[in-house]
Amino acid sequence: MVEMVSKPYARAFEAYATKHPDKILCLSADLTSSCEIDGFRDRHPEQFLSLGMAEQNMMSFAGGLGLAGFRPFIHTFGVFMYRRPYDQLMASIAYPRRKVRLMGFLPGVTTPGGMTHQSIEDISVMRSIPNMTILETGDATEVESICEAADSIDGPVWCRVLRGSVPRLFDTPIKVGEMRVLSEGTDVLVVTSGICTEEAMRARAAFSQAGLSIRHLHLHTIKPFDAAALLDHIGSVKHGVVTLENHVTEGGIGSLVAETMADAGMGKRLVRLGLKDTYAHGGSRAYLMRYYGLDALALVRGIEDLMGQDFGIGEADLDAARVEDVHSLVKAEGL
Amino acid sequence: MRNERSTEEVALGIRRRVFEHCIRNNGGYLSQACSAAEQLAWLYNEELNLGDPTLPMVPKPFEGVPSPSNPGYHTGAGYNGPAAPEFDRLFIAPAHYALVAYATLIEVGRMAPEGLEMFNKDGSSVEMIGAEHSPGMEVHNGTLGIGFSTAAGLAWGRKRRGERGRTWVYMSDGEVQEGQTWEAIAAAAYHKVDNLYAIMDVNRQQCDGAMSSVMDVGDIKAKIEEFGGVAVWVDAHKLDEIREAAKTPHRGKPLIILANSSPYRGMPTLQLRFPRLHYVRFKSEKERAKMNQEIARSLKVDPIDYEGAH
Repeated sequence: MVEMVSKPYARAFEAYATKHPDKILCLSADLTSSCEIDGFRDRHPEQFLSLGMAEQNMMSFAGGLGLAGFRPFIHTFGVFMYRRPYDQLMASIAYPRRKVRLMGFLPGVTTPGGMTHQSIEDISVMRSIPNMTILETGDATEVESICEAADSIDGPVWCRVLRGSVPRLFDTPIKVGEMRVLSEGTDVLVVTSGICTEEAMRARAAFSQAGLSIRHLHLHTIKPFDAAALLDHIGSVKHGVVTLENHVTEGGIGSLVAETMADAGMGKRLVRLGLKDTYAHGGSRAYLMRYYGLDALALVRGIEDLMGQDFGIGEADLDAARVEDVHSLVKAEGL
Repeated sequence: MRNERSTEEVALGIRRRVFEHCIRNNGGYLSQACSAAEQLAWLYNEELNLGDPTLPMVPKPFEGVPSPSNPGYHTGAGYNGPAAPEFDRLFIAPAHYALVAYATLIEVGRMAPEGLEMFNKDGSSVEMIGAEHSPGMEVHNGTLGIGFSTAAGLAWGRKRRGERGRTWVYMSDGEVQEGQTWEAIAAAAYHKVDNLYAIMDVNRQQCDGAMSSVMDVGDIKAKIEEFGGVAVWVDAHKLDEIREAAKTPHRGKPLIILANSSPYRGMPTLQLRFPRLHYVRFKSEKERAKMNQEIARSLKVDPIDYEGAH
């Protein structure tokens, strides 16, 4: 069984921020415990700024702090950090390349909060913003290394951060600009990010038994992106590429792969899995991933579609899905 | 750097320069010179503690936007001097006042008069809506309502570092329609950002016309004070009132001077254009000629010979 790590962000942020007391500030918008920084607030109040439910001001204020030489880490749910204050994000942070670290919690369907809480198109938006770097965490080790990785960037950084109980899949920290090669098969290339990587690892094992060799890439750095490395991997498989993401298929990593292939004239098939031009609704993560086709089973069907072949893989063949009862946790998804 | 001229002279110079520019170019942000001249003249000629300019008197052309591939990028803040701990900083929050701000830089000897000839020309950094690379600008403020927030963040940071210099914002009353203004005042008050100062040009005009006909904002002073700031009314054209207002105690709170201004001050003929004063574009050659004659008389200058201009 995969190791589950409790609140890796809380420990990682405190450990990192306290090493840079003169430069790093912790900003919060009324979601302090929901973003696991309540302990930090209590122990390091001099590095903590509460800016209330006022995200437009918070973005420009953070830009001013950046101008004053600080490196603010903004903590709120991802969705609240770009939809309402998009203009401020653009004018006060992205354009002038302020070193603001935008720690967006509850990416995609990792919240039961429904449409208003689910950042399902943030990567698409961030990819189109000049000067923006985009990182996404897929396991506890990446969450533990996201602060240092983000803070190494000379400019603003958008981070999709996992919270609560997070599986440990990797044993090396994020190296900005690189991609993780999780398996080196030769039939189909699977490209995943965030929570979808764990799903793909499950599907991969099932295909291995069915005789299909899968090459699997995990992306923690979405922008900047190493197109040449991706093209090498695509060139190493016979049949084509399947992408799976906790995001709409437009503008996310599916689009990123499609653009890379089209730019290079790479004539292989591509199946893009994710939210298909739809909003999601409220529910548990496992339910939502099944309902919207973001889980291991969806990937199996996607690969079968690419191959034009039924491999006879069903739910029983996939590792038992980790089920989280959203109502059983003390602060379920922190609504 | 201290200017030898009186602030009244600088204010008159601003109006004359903006008038000449607008007549030559058949329009421009003329009314803003009327309402703002004393305020900007006072800031630059008296109140702000600024170092000598660090950028050339004749502005350089546009040199690209901030990006990792443009390492030489810099803002236009160098016209206000270096960003040293002891010096004040100024943001022009309504970047549409750029023409007036550029005229001010010229009048106080921080930019060459040729700079204004580059205004709104392709490839120039002297942009119509002040960009952060435009002379005297440090951040983009063309999207209204972000200036006070940014200044609050900068001021908080400077206070934390123990810097003596103040952070000033030139604001307009139209932008208080933006909710962000109120978020910013609340945040600055909550965090006791009292090295933050603003002077707001309350001319009651916005792009569509009189604010009372667009969306009235009510009692700005009462609202600022409810949100935790300190506000004081002055007559925008009486320098002694502005000077006194800046001394208002505001421990633990930002100070906002509300400058009650006239959008035709110094150019009474502009009243004929009410309620469309935001950007005055002459409707006919006849109107242009009439404005040229009458405003020149008001400003005690010769009418502008704009034959050959466009």
